[in-house]
Amino acid sequence: MLAFTLRRAVQAIGVMIAVGIIAFAMFRFAGDPVSQIVSIDTPAAEREAVRKSLGLDDPVLVQFARYFINAAQFKFGVSYQFRQPVSTLLAERMPATLELAVCATIFAMVFGILMGVYAALRRDTLLAKLCQAVSLIGISLPTFLIGILLIYLFAVTLGWLPSFGRGEVVRIGWWTTGLLTVSGLKALIMPSITLGLFQMTLIMRLVRAEMLEVLRADYIRFARARGLTTRAIHFGHALKNTLVPVITVAGLQFGSVIAFSIITESVFQWPGMGLMFVQAVQNVDIPIMAAYLLMVSLIFVTINLVVDILYTIVDPRLRATVSRPA
Amino acid sequence: MSDAVVQDQTEAAHAGASWFRRAVDSDLFYSFRRSKLTMLAAAVTLLFFLLAILASVLAVQNPFDPAQLQLMNSRISPLWTADGQSPFLLGTDEQGRDVFSAILYGLRISLIVGVLGVVFAGAIGITLGLIAGYLGGAVDAVIMRIADVQLTFPAILIALIVNGVAKSVFGNRLDPMSMLAVLVVAIGLSFWVQYARTVRGSVMVEKNKDYVAAAQLIGLPAPKIMLRHVLPNTMGPILVIATINLALAVITEATLSFLGSGMPDTMPSLGTLIRIGNNYLFAGEWWIVAFPGIALAGLILSINLLGDWLRDALNPKLR
Amino acid sequence: MTVPVLSVRDLKVEFVTRRATLRAIDGVSFEIAKGEVLGVVGESGAGKSVTGLAVIGLIDPPGRISGGEILLSGMRIDHLPPEEIRRVRGKRIGMIFQDPLTSLNPLYRIGDQIVETIRTHTNLLESAARKRAVDLLAEVGIPAPDKRVDGYPHEFSGGMRQRVVIALAICAEPELIIADEPTTALDVSVQAQIIALIKRLGRDHGTAVMLVTHDMGVIAETCDRVAVMYSGRIAEIGPVQDVIRNPLHPYAKGLMGAIPTLAGEDKRLVQIPGSMPRLSAIPPGCPFNPRCAFAFDRCRVERPEPIRQGAQAVACHLYDHAAKESAA
Repeated sequence: MLAFTLRRAVQAIGVMIAVGIIAFAMFRFAGDPVSQIVSIDTPAAEREAVRKSLGLDDPVLVQFARYFINAAQFKFGVSYQFRQPVSTLLAERMPATLELAVCATIFAMVFGILMGVYAALRRDTLLAKLCQAVSLIGISLPTFLIGILLIYLFAVTLGWLPSFGRGEVVRIGWWTTGLLTVSGLKALIMPSITLGLFQMTLIMRLVRAEMLEVLRADYIRFARARGLTTRAIHFGHALKNTLVPVITVAGLQFGSVIAFSIITESVFQWPGMGLMFVQAVQNVDIPIMAAYLLMVSLIFVTINLVVDILYTIVDPRLRATVSRPA
Repeated sequence: MSDAVVQDQTEAAHAGASWFRRAVDSDLFYSFRRSKLTMLAAAVTLLFFLLAILASVLAVQNPFDPAQLQLMNSRISPLWTADGQSPFLLGTDEQGRDVFSAILYGLRISLIVGVLGVVFAGAIGITLGLIAGYLGGAVDAVIMRIADVQLTFPAILIALIVNGVAKSVFGNRLDPMSMLAVLVVAIGLSFWVQYARTVRGSVMVEKNKDYVAAAQLIGLPAPKIMLRHVLPNTMGPILVIATINLALAVITEATLSFLGSGMPDTMPSLGTLIRIGNNYLFAGEWWIVAFPGIALAGLILSINLLGDWLRDALNPKLR
Repeated sequence: MTVPVLSVRDLKVEFVTRRATLRAIDGVSFEIAKGEVLGVVGESGAGKSVTGLAVIGLIDPPGRISGGEILLSGMRIDHLPPEEIRRVRGKRIGMIFQDPLTSLNPLYRIGDQIVETIRTHTNLLESAARKRAVDLLAEVGIPAPDKRVDGYPHEFSGGMRQRVVIALAICAEPELIIADEPTTALDVSVQAQIIALIKRLGRDHGTAVMLVTHDMGVIAETCDRVAVMYSGRIAEIGPVQDVIRNPLHPYAKGLMGAIPTLAGEDKRLVQIPGSMPRLSAIPPGCPFNPRCAFAFDRCRVERPEPIRQGAQAVACHLYDHAAKESAA
């Protein structure tokens, strides 16, 4: 168990170093950092001074080491657009993104599993076929179109829900939350559905396929031969075996949810990291882009690690092979 | 010589016929409704490609030519509504651009970027897959590790970063054609992994077969011979990946353009049109965004349906 | 005469596919008395397993029981509603499947799986059921049962897992155990132990056992009576000694000739030419006629019905012929 976790942790660090190199390369070589800071008519001597003060004269390896050490302390430099430390900007916007991503994931898991189980157990009913059709549309409709459609329906036409922003937020320490106010919760509904819909269809398809596979397994037939109730077989035996791969995928998808929130946040003008990233790409604000890449990678890698460990807890076979490397 | 050719052709025709019979006889075609849906999807996809190719013939104006736009024609609602005006079938936008014509030209841009992106991704992926599979060892390890890492990142994030870096390197104001090229590269770099994995797997399988050893023994160039076996073997899976990736590439391009990091307003793709139209949604001018949206969704849905069917047809084991 | 534990009369099972309706079981009749072990033997696809599944009500669509009746201690069980047949399964009929490696749910402790089954069928409380689970594991010969009860299936060897499966099958004291090739997936050294265990349990509890196998050695050792199946029909049924020493049906003769014996090493093993017909192409008349050395015209037209020959019954026109001649 420990050896396995360690091996995974080493792999994770390797990935982070690779991403760090890319982020540094972007930061250092994609455009000249100096010309982003000084104005066009700054004399050459002054430019040179800025260059020196930024440490851009040092050997590349030294610069990389410095960048890496800073990044490890969440110091990502100063944004070209906002003239503020990137870490402050990110910290301000992270709660919005995380709340949205968590709500979207919960929505996707709950409905995805329900629909998937239903579609597998009542395979030939009209509703199950409808679920299948909805899943195909969910995969084919680009996220932003779904967002626009929801806005047109529930904000423009019906006027039930706000079309942009987070509503009223409550500040708890450095964290801001929209979960404690009515307007905050209302503002969360449409972005969560928009963001979660794709994952929901994915989970639904996976649950359905896995469930159908598991229901054909010998131990399910044996469970039926033992006279267990259909309910115990479907929701005890079959669902638990189905959920093992579903946990993995849903967990890994959480990283994608954060990355896909780029689109949702743009549609709903949601003040999170994703919206900031899109604006950074448009305005070529490299420090923010590099920092966002690093942060998202960190979240990805952490989630991968957690999922691996979770997996071993759910599946005793894995726990055994992992704890006793023969 | 000609006899041989004739014989070849009849054999091919024969093989084709028996393949056809087998295909018709297979369980895949049992469900008539399903194959009807696939046929519909194929027809719709074909229609979209034809519309894109014939855009300049079918359009009532060239929406990219400012000289042809008249502000007095702006914000006209679709033809069947009370305020509709001929010849603007689907209405006009705020610059007096005919929505139908804009969709035709936008479709063309979307499909060009999508197809070129898929071809570029395929070229990178197949090349790297061949190299990784054939050389093995450290080269293989490096390429496949990059592939593993990249696979955990969503394509849209990679595409956005490639895009941002390109802007930073070439300056923020790219002309439309260069932007198109940047998009193709961004999509290519986002989607190469699947091709590489498939091709590498096939090369690894072929490499251990006896004929490769035999070819090496008698001094024939093994890589060349393997290529002749590997490429036909992987044609099926690559076609499936390419079809599904075409849908993904079109979505990615549309998303980038929607986010303002893709095609500029002067040469809009479907995604750009949706971004522009989205600004007028609150004013009740729904047609500016609705019709490009429907076109995009229809295009992606029909390509996806084709891809699903193709996957089942070429590999029944995969369900 | 007492009522047999299991009585199957003219059972027919069909599988409806889109091309044709295939008849997997076509008019099978047999009985098993209390404490009796009936062996069911035949080639793969002869309908042995399907018969077992039909008795316990686990024929899934597209399959269905299309005729005949199944009585458990005189009670008809073949067309019970799903909820009622479920109460019969596990409680009154225990089932053992071929592969112990895949019969147990890998994610649950074996104790929990036994307790779950006990509590489904009895009113025992958790603690009592758990105590019974430990006793059961002891009874089926698992060492240190109070510790092993908390183990997961993957921590057991194949033979041990099959013992757990047997414990699960007998945990509600069923009247009948159906064992579907219980030793096929096991090592040869373990096979004898498992067979001995099933036999002992049947004797100790007075349980009727239907033992499906294609291993004639197992049949000879374990069973009281044996039914030889071919193409979904019973070719011959009778006391095990009679059928083995004096098989009547040409197919049974071939089958017995195919058993190696230590005594007659100089004899060549007999081989039955050809193979069993596919379900979609069962010939008219006797299904064995294309492979039968004694087949005559009637065999290709008319289906043979079982004919009593002493304690045995055989479905073959040869004996009808003989019976008629002796009568004349």
